[in-house]
Amino acid sequence: MSLLTLKNKKITRRSKEDRVFDAINVFLVALIVILVIYPLYFIVIASFSDPNMIYEGKVWLLPKKITFEGYERIFRDSKIWLGYKNSLIYTVVGTIVNVSFTLMAAYALSRKDLYGRNVIMFLFLMTMFFSGGLIPTYLVVKNLGLLNTMWALILPKAIAVWNVIVAKTYFESSIPNELLEAAKMDGCSDAKFFWKIVLPLSKPIVAVMVLFYAVGHWNSYFDALIYLNNENLYPLQLILRNILIQNEASTMMISDLESLAAKQRVSELIKYGVIIVASVPLLIVYPFVQKYFVKGVMIGGIKG
Amino acid sequence: MEIARKVDPVINSTTTVKKGLKLKKILTNYQLYLFLLPALIYFIVFHYVPMYGVLIAFKDFVATKGIMGSPWVGFKHFERFFDSYQFWSLIKNTLGLSVTQLVVGFPLPIFLALMLNQMRSEKSKRFVQTVVYAPHFISVVVLAGMIYVFFSNNGLINNMILMFGGDPISFMAKPEWFKPLYIASGVWQETGWAAIIYLAALAGVSPELHEAAVMDGANKWQRIFHVDIPAIMPTAVILLILSVGSIMNIGFEKAYLLQTPMNQPSAEIIPTYVYKMGLQQAQYSFAAAVGLFNAVINLILLVAVNKFAKRLSGTGLW
Repeated sequence: MSLLTLKNKKITRRSKEDRVFDAINVFLVALIVILVIYPLYFIVIASFSDPNMIYEGKVWLLPKKITFEGYERIFRDSKIWLGYKNSLIYTVVGTIVNVSFTLMAAYALSRKDLYGRNVIMFLFLMTMFFSGGLIPTYLVVKNLGLLNTMWALILPKAIAVWNVIVAKTYFESSIPNELLEAAKMDGCSDAKFFWKIVLPLSKPIVAVMVLFYAVGHWNSYFDALIYLNNENLYPLQLILRNILIQNEASTMMISDLESLAAKQRVSELIKYGVIIVASVPLLIVYPFVQKYFVKGVMIGGIKG
Repeated sequence: MEIARKVDPVINSTTTVKKGLKLKKILTNYQLYLFLLPALIYFIVFHYVPMYGVLIAFKDFVATKGIMGSPWVGFKHFERFFDSYQFWSLIKNTLGLSVTQLVVGFPLPIFLALMLNQMRSEKSKRFVQTVVYAPHFISVVVLAGMIYVFFSNNGLINNMILMFGGDPISFMAKPEWFKPLYIASGVWQETGWAAIIYLAALAGVSPELHEAAVMDGANKWQRIFHVDIPAIMPTAVILLILSVGSIMNIGFEKAYLLQTPMNQPSAEIIPTYVYKMGLQQAQYSFAAAVGLFNAVINLILLVAVNKFAKRLSGTGLW
């Protein structure tokens, strides 16, 4: 009996029923954790293991016949790096556009003295429930001449209504009206007030917005699929799709291999590897920024 | 509840301000309108112009003539869609997939939140949360890629089946496996994330309620049923309305990635069909008609469910 259990016992005096309940609960939660983690863990060990060992079902808990061939080929491949670079550019530029548009609009809408704000908010909300659909949107992008430019991935997704609601709610609840009145007394303009006072006071919501939008850009492939057909512009996710789903381990990666069997073997290895390479940036950053994501969901969910 | 309150003023906005005052108000806040300008342009160009563009569903769209110049054809494209041999299978696949997803996927986050809420160690609770939220951040391409490698003929799952003495299944080639894979991967990826909102609601339950229940001799089960579940009901109702309302809006992205030539009969859903007809075969008008049909059904469902929920529980979106 550890000290902790003794202490707990004293405080809550758990009944026998409750102890059974807790035991079952802990067991089930542990099971869930394993179900979530194991697939991810398996991808990691498989990316280091000889594919034949995987085929034969010998890889379960530890990598077998460790090899770095998959990673070597991935890192030598120029397409992957080009995709990485493109994705990085799209994510950075796209997120800057997203966050600035969203925060500016949300702040303006959070001001109760803005004439017509309800009408405008209604116009925005409407788009959540009804949209023209894929084809009309595609035609707009096409007519604007955005096809095969990075703007096709950025402008049509410039603002997510949901994030406007989240940011607006935050501004409404955390920027006191007195602050605005005092600043106005001193002759501060709205733009200056937003820039000098609102933004510094709203760092958490800025972080939430940056993270939500950045993850969205980094992970999306669909817009690139429909709006781009120049391979040099492909973001990482589209290149991943070709490798993982279309089975086109880019010819560069396996061109030196002679036999079909060897090609297939290595392309399996490459699949595990690219999954890791593509997900690592997010999974490394994620535990540190998790609280901001959670915060975003909560503001949106409870108050929105 | 809160959502309802937010939207309400929109409808009640019958403010009668005198004209001169109005103008002055707009002028003094001109900077705020400048703030709104990019957003307004965005919504007009990328949302309201396409809503107007949906007119091509009633026309034979010719790119060189533009939307206005193309000839009207009434409901021709809709009729073609209703008469096509794929119509019923598309409806069946789309509804089947989304209804199953709703029925399976909706209650699980609630269970998970209730379970996590009962964990006694804060530290391990936080650890579990970090783990179960993580899959949410995996891209849909990577998720689909994982499904392909795990469920391939020599993949992890078939190795497990062999180990237990079963016969290997070629999952990706069997139409009947498309739905289970789609749903299960969705559950794996999103259950944790979806539980956040319920955890927040549970955190808002006053400890006094629990203490009082303990005093009355309630055990954990009874407290879950009589304290926790009532506390998260309003949140659950709102989320249920939202998900029923978007039941036809099932994601294009994962379904498209999980389609193989072999599982097509059950994997073709309306959004992927719109994509193929519209963008791969350039039948713009026809695809726009199919898309519009889908959007209208959705809107009707949303309004109906909202009305129903309001009558039943007093909670609604508007």
